[in-house]
Amino acid sequence: MSATTMQPLGPVKDQAVAAALGRRRKATDRLVRLLSFAATGIGLIFLASILVTLFFKGFGAMNPSVFTEVTKPPGSEGGLLNAIVGSLIQVALATAIGTPIGMLVGTFLAEYAKGSSFGNVVRFVSDILLSAPSILIGLFVYQLLVLPFGGFSGWAGVAALTIIIIPIVVRTTEDMLTLIPNTLREAVIGLGSPKWKMIVTICWRSAISGIITGILLGIARIAGETAPLLFTSLGNNAWTTDLTGPMPSLPITIYSYAGSPFQDWIELAWAGALLITLAVLLLNILARSVLGRSK
Amino acid sequence: MQQAATLPLGAPMDAKPHRTASPGRFGDTVFSAACHAAGGFVLLLLGGIIVELFIGGLPAFRAFGLPFIWSTEWDPVTEVFGAGVSIYGTIVTAVLAILLAVPVAFGVAFYLTELSPPWLRRPVGTAVELLAAVPSIIYGMWGFFLIAPIMGQYVQPAVIDTIGELPLIGELFQGPPFGTGIFTAALILAIMILPFIAATMRDVFEQVPPVFKESAYGLGCTTWEVMRGVVLPYTRISVVGGIMLGLGRALGETMAVTFVIGNANRISTSLFGPGNTIASVVALEFGESEMGSLKLSALLALGFILFVLSFIVLAASRFLLRSRLKA
Repeated sequence: MSATTMQPLGPVKDQAVAAALGRRRKATDRLVRLLSFAATGIGLIFLASILVTLFFKGFGAMNPSVFTEVTKPPGSEGGLLNAIVGSLIQVALATAIGTPIGMLVGTFLAEYAKGSSFGNVVRFVSDILLSAPSILIGLFVYQLLVLPFGGFSGWAGVAALTIIIIPIVVRTTEDMLTLIPNTLREAVIGLGSPKWKMIVTICWRSAISGIITGILLGIARIAGETAPLLFTSLGNNAWTTDLTGPMPSLPITIYSYAGSPFQDWIELAWAGALLITLAVLLLNILARSVLGRSK
Repeated sequence: MQQAATLPLGAPMDAKPHRTASPGRFGDTVFSAACHAAGGFVLLLLGGIIVELFIGGLPAFRAFGLPFIWSTEWDPVTEVFGAGVSIYGTIVTAVLAILLAVPVAFGVAFYLTELSPPWLRRPVGTAVELLAAVPSIIYGMWGFFLIAPIMGQYVQPAVIDTIGELPLIGELFQGPPFGTGIFTAALILAIMILPFIAATMRDVFEQVPPVFKESAYGLGCTTWEVMRGVVLPYTRISVVGGIMLGLGRALGETMAVTFVIGNANRISTSLFGPGNTIASVVALEFGESEMGSLKLSALLALGFILFVLSFIVLAASRFLLRSRLKA
């Protein structure tokens, strides 16, 4: 920057030097711009490559039996019906359990614990959970629910997914509640409303689109989670809606099929991968549009 | 603020008949208790994870003692287990992923904040964020069926023939081109953490007060000089925090790594050699361990070590990023 200030101040005889310096600075700037442009291109190419691969391999393997048949031994025409239903059940239950807890924690952080040290600890811990390796949450639930109760179960899978979705809902709930101006709170309190009513009827309602965004992003995240389900709901090749026994799920089925030596299983894995990616990306886009509309 | 607003309000209400005041008070007590309990529940969760992993790993820690951490042996037959190889693999892949991802993430953030035309900013930003939403298992399949063959057929042979011939550095790029291995795992990890780092960098770059940048532009600085001389120094700490966040993600990534790392329990000098990480070992070996066996305990002990590693990194990241929020 010191060079910059020199340029206009320099004596006339230095003009050639100044011009050369200016050219070099401009060239550096152009080079960095170019590299930065290239970097963005690289990122987009990776996304495109993933999507294109999925579409080619996934649509090739997609046929009605994917949705009507359960997983079968290699060679016979099987589908992913039980895995899809298993995933839906586990994700729905985890969302139903995790969302209220996450909202309460987020509310606690935004409305009750501003600046308190207990609140800071909770906020810190929730943020750690948000980024903690999901495989460890699987191990934890294994120790907590699988070992003592004598076996893998759908409920254990639900528990693992619940633990993963809670911090996501906490983060967005707190962020959204913090955006609400304090004058609004004061106005409600000034009307004689109790605090809980102010939170439920005013704060939650004002923040609802943001909170829904968080929930949708959370669903998108847990729908693709594989590692924590390995040790909890384990997977199952039969049709089952029994949450007390091992339960199939789409990611686990993809994992075991993609690593298998059978061509038809690998194709099913691609079909499943396409399904899950489409669902996750759609949820993400939906979440963004919910948030975008409220702004 | 809120406390101050509610307290004086509660006092006169007490003096009145309880008709209107008491239902509100009861609801307040219940709601506040529920919120506090939920907060406590989150603490319990994290505490529970630490305690359960430690208890589960205790038999292994007892059997092998401190050397468990650096011992490279992993033999299920003789029941001798060590974490050395997988800790090495975890750290090497994560650090390599950071080295690959940070320059690209910086480029993306630079483009999005300074160079991109405004109408392109949102779509490109969203696309990069979608990259973060793709499930880990999809990265694994993509890496295994598309990237690994490309690496094995084109990239690795070329690198082995050129850089691999050099003294010293060449050691890192030798051996047969499997396609899978430490380097491929790091590459996939880099793509996975790229959006996290890029998004953090973009957010903190946007927080630089425009006046600072405008004054630099007013002095005749180029865009790059403004970035290097004003924006980066201003956001330095948060940028490091964002990188640490990416590192924390990379340490614990499981499915994608399991697909492409080659899964061999050895430390090879070549980055193209196979290896494993804590998460991949746990994911792969878990199915073959009996309940209550020493092997299972060793896996849980590995989980505990991974937890400590990622806790330190994530805590550091949060600390660094928090100082931005307060400033």
